[in-house]
Amino acid sequence: MRHLLGIEDLSREEVVRLLDTAEAMLEISQREIKRVPTLRGRTVINLFLEPSTRTRVSFEIAAKRLSADAVNVSAAGSSLSKAETLADMARNLAAMNADVLVVRDRTAGVPQMLAERVRVPVINAGDGAHEHPTQGLLDAFTVRQALGGIEGRSIAIVGDIAHSRVARSDVHVFTKLGAEVRLAGPPTMIPVGIEQLGVKPCSSLDEALDGADVVCMLRIQQERLEGALFPGVREYARCWGLTRARLARARPDAIVLHPGPINRGVEIASDVADSEPSRILDQVTNGVAVRMAALYLLTGADS
Amino acid sequence: MMSVPRTPGEESEPRPGAPRPCRTVLDAQGIARASKRMAHEIAERNPGCERLALVAIPAGGVPVAELLSEHLAEIAGRKIPLGVLDVTLYRDDVIGRGTRPVPQRTRMPFSAAGARVVLVEDVVFTGRTVRAAMDAVLDFGRPEVIQIASLVDRGHRELPIQVDFVGKNIPTARAERVELRRSAAGEYEVVVT
Repeated sequence: MRHLLGIEDLSREEVVRLLDTAEAMLEISQREIKRVPTLRGRTVINLFLEPSTRTRVSFEIAAKRLSADAVNVSAAGSSLSKAETLADMARNLAAMNADVLVVRDRTAGVPQMLAERVRVPVINAGDGAHEHPTQGLLDAFTVRQALGGIEGRSIAIVGDIAHSRVARSDVHVFTKLGAEVRLAGPPTMIPVGIEQLGVKPCSSLDEALDGADVVCMLRIQQERLEGALFPGVREYARCWGLTRARLARARPDAIVLHPGPINRGVEIASDVADSEPSRILDQVTNGVAVRMAALYLLTGADS
Repeated sequence: MMSVPRTPGEESEPRPGAPRPCRTVLDAQGIARASKRMAHEIAERNPGCERLALVAIPAGGVPVAELLSEHLAEIAGRKIPLGVLDVTLYRDDVIGRGTRPVPQRTRMPFSAAGARVVLVEDVVFTGRTVRAAMDAVLDFGRPEVIQIASLVDRGHRELPIQVDFVGKNIPTARAERVELRRSAAGEYEVVVT
């Protein structure tokens, strides 16, 4: 494993290796002194060309807990506004002897393109509607932590599947680990032919929730929605929003995940987000551990 | 140096063209005797076992620390705190060599501050694992003292580190492998291959 561009490219063994490594990393964040010397003197460049708070901070903290130097570059104020191409900018950053490049971009395929052009390992921190591999891994990690395992579990992913890189990474990670994955959302937001990925499309929220072990709610991404794919926020909440009453259809010990940031009262009712089944803040904690695992396994990896 | 106990037969099966002679240097009885004596030495050096804490370095240090813990509980009349400290992330050779090992989860259910810490290994070789372990322990507080207990000392040190409590000194060639493993009968033994 030289780059982490998507879960789709990983073998089951590589996924398990990342998750097992993250177990050890989680313990480091629970210490009083939250730092190990593993990546001392290494440089991690976080190239975030699309706004992000959670993922960028999570990668920065992950790098620092491994004693690496983290440098953050954002689109605003970068030389991209001087019409430098993205590939040239990445080559220049790599020429400063970076040891790993973490890339987030609004366009699918950008991390892959950069991985082919620079000599350093690249970690995809989310590219368009393609993949968000560290989110997929942290979701799997959170399920494993809460339920003890993933194999044979029923996982419902609900929302705008078509525009969601989280959904794509989740589908790959959960099917690779032997779960049954169900997808639900407005018909305009379910890609045609999705069952080829080995998942089960559902026509209603209730059908997807029935007996589910895990419910992953997706954020309605108003910034990615061009034109009217759904009639409105209230209509969406009524048909596809997760409420306590609807969650009762899932298994009694079912857990609720959401990649954040949450739209309270739209895809998830406020009381559900704050309820006992919700693992939303555990996901954030686990995200740091999973990113530490990715940085540890990839930084300075041989070409 | 650190070795995972293997399934019986895995290591002793001669591969064609590369036969590896395998000799047992410490059998289950030998391990029992050595660990009992080490526990008495530890108790003698740490009067009353006051503030004593065992810290096992996985994988091989864990079964040794469990044996020491049993004997020390008998001697002291109470349980001695036992932690497991993975040192992979503190090693000086982990980045830059091939595949990175998956670290194991550390469990330190006590603060090392003011404690008399005994690091427990199965085999001490170059001393690099012990060096990493000393750094790792210091992240859990400033101990009063750090001592080292190892079932086997096989020499070939690359750092100025000396074992305080040794089960057995075993002269070896540098290229040989020494490991604690389970025999076909399910008992622990130390073998040289």
